[in-house]
Amino acid sequence: MTRMTDLELELKSVRYRRAILKYIRHANAGHTGGSLSCVDILNVLYNRILRISPDTVSDPNRDRYVQSKGHSVEALYVVLADRGFFPESELETLCRYKSRLIGHPTRKVPGIEMNTGALGHGLSISVGMALAGKMDKASYRVFTLLGDGELAEGSNWEAAMAASHYKLDNLIAIVDKNRLQITGPTSVVMNIDPLANKFNAFGWKVREVDGHSITDLTRVLSMPPEPGVPTVVIAHTVKGKGLSFMEGDPKWHHGVPNDEQYQQAMQELEHQEREILAKMAMLEKNRLNA
Amino acid sequence: MSAPAPSVFSELAQQYIHRLGLAPGVPNLDAYSRTLIDLASKDPRIVVVTSDSRGSGKLTPFGEKFPDRHIEVGIAEQNLVGIAAGLAAVGKKPFATSPSSFLTARAVEQIKNDVCYSDVPVVLVGISAGVSYGALGSTHHSLHDIALLRAISNITIIVPADNVETEKAVRAAAQAEHPVFLRFGKAPMYTLHSENVDFKPGRAIRIRDGNDIAFIATGEVVVHCLLAAAYLEEYGVKARVVSMHTIKPLDIDEILAAGKSCRAVITVEEHSVHGGLGEAVAAVLLQAGICVPYYIVGIPDEETVTGSQADIFRHYGLTMESLAEKALLLLGESVGILSHQVGSK
Repeated sequence: MTRMTDLELELKSVRYRRAILKYIRHANAGHTGGSLSCVDILNVLYNRILRISPDTVSDPNRDRYVQSKGHSVEALYVVLADRGFFPESELETLCRYKSRLIGHPTRKVPGIEMNTGALGHGLSISVGMALAGKMDKASYRVFTLLGDGELAEGSNWEAAMAASHYKLDNLIAIVDKNRLQITGPTSVVMNIDPLANKFNAFGWKVREVDGHSITDLTRVLSMPPEPGVPTVVIAHTVKGKGLSFMEGDPKWHHGVPNDEQYQQAMQELEHQEREILAKMAMLEKNRLNA
Repeated sequence: MSAPAPSVFSELAQQYIHRLGLAPGVPNLDAYSRTLIDLASKDPRIVVVTSDSRGSGKLTPFGEKFPDRHIEVGIAEQNLVGIAAGLAAVGKKPFATSPSSFLTARAVEQIKNDVCYSDVPVVLVGISAGVSYGALGSTHHSLHDIALLRAISNITIIVPADNVETEKAVRAAAQAEHPVFLRFGKAPMYTLHSENVDFKPGRAIRIRDGNDIAFIATGEVVVHCLLAAAYLEEYGVKARVVSMHTIKPLDIDEILAAGKSCRAVITVEEHSVHGGLGEAVAAVLLQAGICVPYYIVGIPDEETVTGSQADIFRHYGLTMESLAEKALLLLGESVGILSHQVGSK
């Protein structure tokens, strides 16, 4: 596969956002805001970083990805379908009677490693996977995506302690720090800041990144780990990113757009798509002229 | 010098132990540790995960023999189970070992989601279960563990009654492709079975036959039922004793056979009378339309009395004498023949 350009991935992100809204609306259920805040991270992970493909879902040496913030499953399903782990048409069955596309991740879906959704579980599971990798001297890495709200669960800090105790430099945790949870701002509900200091104090290497910048995410997620130290990437994100009326509004935590809102969302995304296509056309023109 | 721990067995019960020729064994935990070391020397997938519980889990020798395969997580049961699930998901066979009280209550969500719902082959080992911790009190008693786990889908629950059942249960758990819970106490066990007893998870073992009354029991109290059966025989009562070592899946055929053949059924467990073996067996019988005099012996729904395991067993009737008395009451026989021997409880 030829490496896609940053603009091509940006275009993918717009299309992922469109699909997320389409299928959430179709299912009349879903965690809209959090899916939109983490979809650029998933885009970079699945299209650039993770050594996993539909052909290697059972390969013992595949990279593992555990989505601890399981409620943002719509973003994960859309990205997995785009990468060919299951047919895109199956997204029509999201949350429907007897569908395997449940409202939180399960291993019934190709490409999903663990059943998650109750918060504060993914980091311990990932520590277990990374420990096994160390025991077996395996080459795979373990990535997990955490929400900032879920960091109030104490189990995360049990796992954080164990990760540095066991020197798990094959573990990369990413925090989707969108600063909102269902009740309101995380700083008001239960403040987790200063988050970098907390992870530092637990013995982790902390990297911070703009969680919507394809370029930045690629750069930071490609960095080799510090030997013997687990890495946390604090991704600064916006809940509801990409839709003007959703950004920063906690009511979109699991809001489903009505007809009018959906039309507006599609128009905004179409505008974003046109802008990216125009940039791509200009670059192509410059390349031909050069 | 501290006073010797009171025996769970009265002097009379010890006479019956002698008459039945029951050989003393070791605590089931020692049998667990021994078996696991043997298995681990042949199966490199086996690892042990502990939460500052290697000593109480008798796993210090395992850690000495296989230092790289013993993962210590500190006092953090949620992390214990989550890590075990992660290990199992990538091909290890973890035995997550921790006091049953904390393992099953503190980490119940990890058990439910990370292990059972995700369907990874973790073996959860609840140690010092029931009232093994005696006078340490209710914080340390696990009288809820079976009830909690029964309500969770996709886990086999095994409570061995002696060292033989323990060894075979550990071997079966090591081969299992789905989650398993093993429950052990601390006390030394008498050996109830021969080495070649046919042990299969989900299939109860009938230790003694009889058609007057059936004792259906699980775990370390099975021996008291066996003694009670021998005691009752002297008074012409033929009691059946069933070791229901697997609580899930239950051996329905053996329960129905007891309900159909015997005039009364008593279940016995070192667990709350709510949500354990007794209610499970009752549900099987009632749904099959079998209604016999029935009694659930366990720890009642109250703050458990202070004392050693032996004190607690005596207080709540988990003894040979008390079980025999219950049997006679249930059968409607006179208890006069026993009144000179049975304690006041």
